[in-house]
Amino acid sequence: MLDNKVSYKPLENICAALDKNEHYQKFKVYRDKVLALGNDSLEKTIAIAVSLCLVCAVLVSFAAVALKPLQVNNKAADMKKNILDVAGLLEEGANIDAAFAEKIEAKIVDLETGDYVENINADEFDQRKAAKDPAQSVAIPKDKDIAHIRIKAKYAKVFLVKEGGAIKSIILPMHGYGLWSTLYGFLSLDPDGQTVQSINFYDQAETPGLGGEVVNPNWRALWKGKKVYAESDQPSMEKGLITEADIGEPALSLIKGVVDNTRPGAQYQVDGLAGATLTSNGVTNLVRYWMSNEGFAPYLKKVRTVRGVKS
Amino acid sequence: MSAVLNDETKKVLITPLVNDNPITLQVLGICSALAVTSQMTTSLIMALALTLVTAFSSAAISAIRNHIPGSIRIIVQMTIIASLVIVVDQILKAFAYEISKQLSVFVGLIITNCIVMGRAEGYAMKNPPLESFIDGIGNGLGYSLILIIVAFFRETLGSGKLLGIEVFKLTKDGGWYDPNGLMLLPPSAFFIIGLIIWGVRQWKPNQVEKVEYKIMSIAHGEGGHH
Repeated sequence: MLDNKVSYKPLENICAALDKNEHYQKFKVYRDKVLALGNDSLEKTIAIAVSLCLVCAVLVSFAAVALKPLQVNNKAADMKKNILDVAGLLEEGANIDAAFAEKIEAKIVDLETGDYVENINADEFDQRKAAKDPAQSVAIPKDKDIAHIRIKAKYAKVFLVKEGGAIKSIILPMHGYGLWSTLYGFLSLDPDGQTVQSINFYDQAETPGLGGEVVNPNWRALWKGKKVYAESDQPSMEKGLITEADIGEPALSLIKGVVDNTRPGAQYQVDGLAGATLTSNGVTNLVRYWMSNEGFAPYLKKVRTVRGVKS
Repeated sequence: MSAVLNDETKKVLITPLVNDNPITLQVLGICSALAVTSQMTTSLIMALALTLVTAFSSAAISAIRNHIPGSIRIIVQMTIIASLVIVVDQILKAFAYEISKQLSVFVGLIITNCIVMGRAEGYAMKNPPLESFIDGIGNGLGYSLILIIVAFFRETLGSGKLLGIEVFKLTKDGGWYDPNGLMLLPPSAFFIIGLIIWGVRQWKPNQVEKVEYKIMSIAHGEGGHH
């Protein structure tokens, strides 16, 4: 029932082909019957509702399926960009794929033992997918689940920035629940496995302007130089490296208000987000969870002590 | 296509710009006008998305308007609008990922934007598809115009930039301009939109609403019940 007929050749051809089809002829008889019904009759109401839903469903599914490959690519590129960003290697206008391939090495870590796993292809491993696969994940005991994520993948994908063979930064993935959403991000550490270089969150849906400020560059800059584990400044050393007995518990947290740098313990504190106590608590919890024995502590212990990481 | 740009078409395309602007006269669509206007880029994309959704949903609703059962009228309109919004959101995620991240929930919220529903219910249900399409474009442009004006002031005064390009050199980079932080927060859009509405109504006094009630002074009025 188009009021303005616009002539369009391919459409006419399709119509002509349809006219010859006997099923279409049958359909047309039914369609005309339904259309002739009163608008408020029950039959017509149901018929219109069903056919509208059908048309809309096809439209939406077509858009979602057809555009999926592009969206997946965008997500992957965005992830690489965030990793480069947290490593401090992001340059405006540079080719992200090339920079990523050149400077960053992905490794799979067994969270329980802290060793590298070599029989999994790091490029294809997706930690978020693995967490959903019962074969590759473990449930977290309730009392330990401070980040409220319930299930974690057995393996984690970490990224190493190397320069001239030496590790320059260790980039660890983290996620946990804030106020409204699960925050996904990266924490970049110095090779000492203790000092924070940077943090960023690439996927979150906290309140814009309040909790959403986790992406604010000024706030993120406050993390630089903070320490993760509560440890003495003069640990007993062995061959220039810390011993396992001196490695403390994760102590880094967000506090209310502004950190007083003259106070002892300031190296474990970061300013909380104003007006976003629950998001701030969420960030503290997820950092502490992923730095604990449940997360990367076994791996970092091996990185930091003379035992080293078997690869 | 002879109908293009006859008098009726011109009217539905031009009047929503100033004379019947959805934001300044009807005061609709304020939510997203506050939320996305801190930058010109996001405003432009949002304006484009809303214009397309309004135009196509109006055309689709108008095409089937004679067969929409009255009892499920609003649901039918919402289904069409929501489907189009999802399609727009998917397209943005595929072709403008950064911007879709910045717009976050506000693209999805076009579904509840009063302008889209208002045009569907107020115009498309009574008029043929082509006119409804152009009416959608016209109203989308009216919305866009206000968004662009607000974003222009907010981005230049708030961050010294326009479309991400520096216009005022900021003091922190050794320039002279100290950015106004308020401009980056949503309330500033309220002030700017308020000023625009005031300006437009000064210019066109017939847009001033009739007073619906009068506040009586206690000394002389009859007063309420005591």
